[in-house]
Amino acid sequence: MSTAAHTAPAAPRNAAARAALWFLAPALTVITLFFGLPVLAALALSFTDFDIYGLADFGNVRFVGLRNYAHLIEHPLFWKALGNTFYFVLVGGPLSVAVSLGAALLVDARLVRFKAFFRTVYFTPVVTTLVAVAVVWRYLFHTRYGLLNYSLGFLGVAPIDWLGDPTWAMPAIILLAVWKNFGYNMIIFIAGLQSIPEALHEAARIDGAGLLQRFRYITLPMLAPTFLFVGVITMIGYFQLFAEPYVMTQGGPLQSTVSVVYLMYEEGFKWWNMGYAAAVAFVLFLIILAATLLQLRLQKEGGEG
Amino acid sequence: MKRKLLALVLYFVLAVTAALTAFPLLWMVSVSLMQTGEASAFPPPLWPAAVTFEHYIELFTSLHMERYLFNSLLLATSVTLLSLLVNAMAGYAFAKLRFPGRHRLFRTLLAGLVIPAQVAMLPLFLMLKYLGVVNTYAGVIIPGLASIFGIFLIRQYTLSVPDSLLEAARIDGASEFGIFRLVVLPLIKPILVTLAIFTFMGTWNDFLWPLIVLTDNDLYTLPVALAVFSREHVQDNELMMAGAVMTVLPVLVVFLALQRYYIQGIMVGSLKG
Repeated sequence: MSTAAHTAPAAPRNAAARAALWFLAPALTVITLFFGLPVLAALALSFTDFDIYGLADFGNVRFVGLRNYAHLIEHPLFWKALGNTFYFVLVGGPLSVAVSLGAALLVDARLVRFKAFFRTVYFTPVVTTLVAVAVVWRYLFHTRYGLLNYSLGFLGVAPIDWLGDPTWAMPAIILLAVWKNFGYNMIIFIAGLQSIPEALHEAARIDGAGLLQRFRYITLPMLAPTFLFVGVITMIGYFQLFAEPYVMTQGGPLQSTVSVVYLMYEEGFKWWNMGYAAAVAFVLFLIILAATLLQLRLQKEGGEG
Repeated sequence: MKRKLLALVLYFVLAVTAALTAFPLLWMVSVSLMQTGEASAFPPPLWPAAVTFEHYIELFTSLHMERYLFNSLLLATSVTLLSLLVNAMAGYAFAKLRFPGRHRLFRTLLAGLVIPAQVAMLPLFLMLKYLGVVNTYAGVIIPGLASIFGIFLIRQYTLSVPDSLLEAARIDGASEFGIFRLVVLPLIKPILVTLAIFTFMGTWNDFLWPLIVLTDNDLYTLPVALAVFSREHVQDNELMMAGAVMTVLPVLVVFLALQRYYIQGIMVGSLKG
């Protein structure tokens, strides 16, 4: 691009390279030492029996190979946590994306004024503190005095023990998560919608295409890259479920809301089974990685087909 | 006619969605102003019969809310200021300084975005424990000093700074750091504000890491303190609502004042291509 850079003498360019080192050094040091290294160490940790005795004295730590992973496979609570997490990701994720898209279409509709107002209201839950709103929702979900059951009463629905019934605890958490998150993806969808050339809609309208047809044949295909991005970040975020069960249900009832990260936290920082917890964390990482790659692959095939 | 009807339906759906979205937050404020026990009634009341601030007073007099407010403010502010400088320097280097391996290094960093932070937490805790910073402010600040996402955000924005400006400053004999400080930083101010808001809110709202690394009551951040209280004071609706208001209010105010920058940041972040 810039001809200046190409014709510049070699000396300043070396100076720039040297400067780059100094500019990068602080960030790279922090990321390497406090992120990269711990990630590698987590892998190593998962092959040891690091527990409360190891915490007291490093000498008590032994290499145990794949024993933590074997233990994981035999641990019913791990499968329970995995199942709960997948439930949250597979039901909550798509629901959240669908609500986001719906909100984006509404706010971005040509007929609508006060767009900024609605956008701000829908976005507000995103910036709130999860712990605080989880406390609020815990009361909204109250079986006897909660407003949710009160409102459902008007529709003839008998009171539901939202947080005390294993069937309903996860749906309750999903409801909170969708409420909290949909505004974020809505913003990304609005940006995606606004990048679709108006001429496309105009041409389709002249050809007699209705609202639904234009949505099906213009909006959706043009939003494909947005869907991929939103899908991947939502999924990665939803796999990391933790604060909602910590505050609202403490993993219960009957362990129906224990998530993988919750299990990692309890094993690692409550019982100090750090070797085992590292194995849990690593399995979560591999699952997220696999799911991300799968989504990229599916999108690619969808794009070509 | 049909158009008008459609507009009416649209506004109706928009308004209902807006009401449902805002309701939990408005209700939180309303209950925090009720008398003790008032919210535990059937049918659940929407408004306080008589407004009282007793729960806010109780938060500060017997639950040491000022302590947690101070901790949260201090941590969020220091992480924001320090990481802003560190990320801006790195983002600028990736955008504008030519050096061997630049693209490969940047791609490697971006790949790190798929690794969930939780994976690093167990060894990080052990590292910080041996460094003696577990249960100190530094334990929260140190891992937050740089972020891959922050570097990415700055780099994307800095790409639009014209090279000719930097070359001109170089020819005039400006030092590399001088160029960064006097030419680049003023030009990328909008993205700096955006990243500052992101980091501040992220640190303020963060829960899992402070929960792990801060064990001393006096060092708790607001979310950690609130989570602990809410397990102890399950029955005290009104008090907990006041605590939730105190936790949410600061970030809400920052967001409403600077939302233009915040939303712009999400859009820049999503344009990965």
